[in-house]
Amino acid sequence: MTQSVVVQVGQCGNQVGCRFWDLALREHAHVNKKGLYDEALSSFFRNVDSRESDGGAHVVGGRIQHLKARAVLVDMEEGVVNEILQGPLREMFDSTQLLTDVSGSGNNWAVGHMTYGSAYREQIVDKLRKAAEHCDCLQCFFLIHSMGGGTGSGLGTRVLSLLEEEFPEVCRIVTSIYPSAEDDVITSPYNSVLAMRELTEHGDCVLPVENQSLVNIVDKIKHMSHSGKPGSAVKRDSTIISGQGGLSGAEKPFDAMNNIVANLLLNITSSARFEGSLNMDLNEIAMNLVPFPRLHYLVPSLTPLYTLADVCVPTRRLDQMFSDAFSKDHQLIQADPKHSLYLACALMVRGNVQVSDLRRNIERLKPVLPFVSWNQEGWKTGLCSVPPVGHSHALLALANNTCVKLTFMELRERFIKLYRKKAHLHHYLHVDGMEQSCFSEAISSLSSLIEEYQHLDATKGTLMPDAPRLRIAR
Amino acid sequence: MSIVTVQLGQCGNQVGHELFDIICSDALEGQRKLYSTASCERFFHQTTNGELVARAVLIDMEPKVINQSISRAAKSGRWRYGESSHFSQKQGSGNNWANGYCVHGPRHRAVVEELVRREVERCDRLAGLMAMMSVAGGTGSGVGTYATQCLRDIYPKSFILNHLTWPYGTGEVIVQNYNSVLTLAHLYQLSDAILVHENDTVHRICSQLLNIKHISFGDVNGVIAHQLGSILQPALTADSHGVYSRNPLGELVSALTCHPEYKLLSVCTIPQMPSSSMAYSTFSWPSLLKHLRQMLISNTKMEEGIDWQVRPPAGSERTRSLTGPSFNTSLANLLILRGKEVYSAETGGFGDPALYTSWLSSEEAFNLWKSPVSFNKYEKCATLVSNSQALLRPLDNMVGKAWNMFASRAYIHQYVKFGISEEDFLDSFTSLEQVISSYGQLN
Repeated sequence: MTQSVVVQVGQCGNQVGCRFWDLALREHAHVNKKGLYDEALSSFFRNVDSRESDGGAHVVGGRIQHLKARAVLVDMEEGVVNEILQGPLREMFDSTQLLTDVSGSGNNWAVGHMTYGSAYREQIVDKLRKAAEHCDCLQCFFLIHSMGGGTGSGLGTRVLSLLEEEFPEVCRIVTSIYPSAEDDVITSPYNSVLAMRELTEHGDCVLPVENQSLVNIVDKIKHMSHSGKPGSAVKRDSTIISGQGGLSGAEKPFDAMNNIVANLLLNITSSARFEGSLNMDLNEIAMNLVPFPRLHYLVPSLTPLYTLADVCVPTRRLDQMFSDAFSKDHQLIQADPKHSLYLACALMVRGNVQVSDLRRNIERLKPVLPFVSWNQEGWKTGLCSVPPVGHSHALLALANNTCVKLTFMELRERFIKLYRKKAHLHHYLHVDGMEQSCFSEAISSLSSLIEEYQHLDATKGTLMPDAPRLRIAR
Repeated sequence: MSIVTVQLGQCGNQVGHELFDIICSDALEGQRKLYSTASCERFFHQTTNGELVARAVLIDMEPKVINQSISRAAKSGRWRYGESSHFSQKQGSGNNWANGYCVHGPRHRAVVEELVRREVERCDRLAGLMAMMSVAGGTGSGVGTYATQCLRDIYPKSFILNHLTWPYGTGEVIVQNYNSVLTLAHLYQLSDAILVHENDTVHRICSQLLNIKHISFGDVNGVIAHQLGSILQPALTADSHGVYSRNPLGELVSALTCHPEYKLLSVCTIPQMPSSSMAYSTFSWPSLLKHLRQMLISNTKMEEGIDWQVRPPAGSERTRSLTGPSFNTSLANLLILRGKEVYSAETGGFGDPALYTSWLSSEEAFNLWKSPVSFNKYEKCATLVSNSQALLRPLDNMVGKAWNMFASRAYIHQYVKFGISEEDFLDSFTSLEQVISSYGQLN
């Protein structure tokens, strides 16, 4: 069994990470009734005996002594991390896993990336190495951060390139929260575009999540649960957005939204943690979904989100789950993949679902989903037998789809609006190591990325002739 | 004589487990001492306290499936795997053939060779080696190819049969066609015969013949194991003089792969039905064989939806090559009959020269094995292993799709990372185009 380390950077990264640990514990508590430290737990948790001074990790199979998250928490202010340390999850982390400063990055990518990145470089690498040393087979780093602010965006992407430098063999999966158009951080377009270049160059896979989508999903769930129409009522406290059964009692403002992202992480790692008849390892994600190195943005969609009361027959509900994964209001970014071009698509299914269910649904959905000419059968599937708590089954779809370019184009527009007036630029250029060329290079990296997607998008609908085959002289 | 099986990757380990399970329960069924002894010698060795231990080596780059197979075998109470005949690592090959072939394979070469050697030394007489794997993923295909290469080095004179599971056309692994092309091109140089099961075909058998509603991988693997078992269980051959043949792999290879350009074997079995209907069904050899022959020439893998219009070409047509595209020309066929009244079965229809290519006489092209012992609870069972054009179309599809992807250079960077270059791909494409062309010229 392999292990993964979660690196959560900045306020948003730490809040999402915190929800992830809470839900992961709940999930394992639900499956693991014997209180033993099993393989599944070992993938994200260490088992530590507090009596031993060196905190020696215990082998798989023993009793659970003291679980520690395989995580590194980084923030350049103390608020969120202190809150975690005073909250119910405090036992999960010890001081060797934390790195904080007091003054924050002032919503400035350059401060996070350059100033703090250089000042804390050694310490960050040290903490990453420690976390890695606790693993006997480290497979993946999960980086969680936001794009709009200073720390998550700037220092987060610095951590990403440090990971590439220090652990070139270990897969890097980044969950990036993109700011909405009405973001209150005025410089968020700068921060996001500067961060984008780093993600494009140093990530193996990036799962973009838009804040606005999370807002919409939470609103819709709340609306449905209050409307209370018979037959269409959402289960109260759907496990998707509520931490019910977890450790944290009272819900904080962003908890519902952060829960959705945490669920995304739970599902993507489920096959690495639990058994299934068709395992999907984490290193298979990039292998199957990334045809060209830079085009590694995978649009996630989660189902079920709007859990209906039990009115439908099971198979229909199951098929509905597959259909929903391709509908607009289940995507975690503001896009409609059905009307763009698929380069590849992964279906990660959890629960009591058979290979024939998968086949039936792929056959059913295939005709309405446009795939790139050379990858007409670009489906990757995984079956994990353990469903999320409170559900009989769940599906996470990851789509390498050209629709992601809309998010990027919008971002570029907002960036250009600011950049044309050179607004706030001086805040960045003051920072040591930051030059104006960083801006122009970042925007041209983004533009060429958009262009690559557009180029592929243009092939949509045109029938591409098969490449002429090699001929054998008879 | 004994066969040492090497199970590689998730699929190889699952199918291998099913195969041993079927073979064991078939061998121990009823009072059939000679058959049972021959079968057990072939696939198991016995410990001093009488336990049957599979002559198998289990290899995977990740532990979950191997552990499952081992514990399920132990739970059966009839047989088990050897305590130390497995090797697994913690991290899979990530669906990347290059990772399996260039990294994992070489890294663990010594361990794998040692495990196989130990198993071979346990055999009084070695018939050959059978490597079981899928071609889609990274471990079965990549490590499997590398392991086959090592086995070929160590046992240059032994028979090596590769059993391959071909992936569903859609939806298992996106780079499956690349992985398949690389695997097949390499195995073609190494293996004596390549026996293929296509998941799509087997899936159809599960749904249409066995009436399974929610088909799981267990069901699919069960059908593959049944067909494989019906080939590999003891049988009487033309030269075995009334006793069970000694070397199933050697005789399989010599019956079917007489030319190094032609190594792809397909299988069909008749009848196949849900066990609940078996009690109400009776079969006659003439009707089973009539169906099976038409399945062969019309290239249908199951007894439903057979195209009865397809006819072998008449002698005069042959020279003008007017045969319809639907007629499946064979190079060689091996028919295996098991069960009641097997000696009364009339198999002349399979010896018809019109079924075969012109450059091999039908006496050489057609072989027949028989066993009066019924197999796996079927009163009568006929299996046809065929070296024919049956796999031409699926192979051509596979290469075509991979070639289209290669034209855009999609995913190539993932292979280059581990040391497989564009030229390596081109070499593999070239050698498979050669195979396709050879099979195309059979008629």
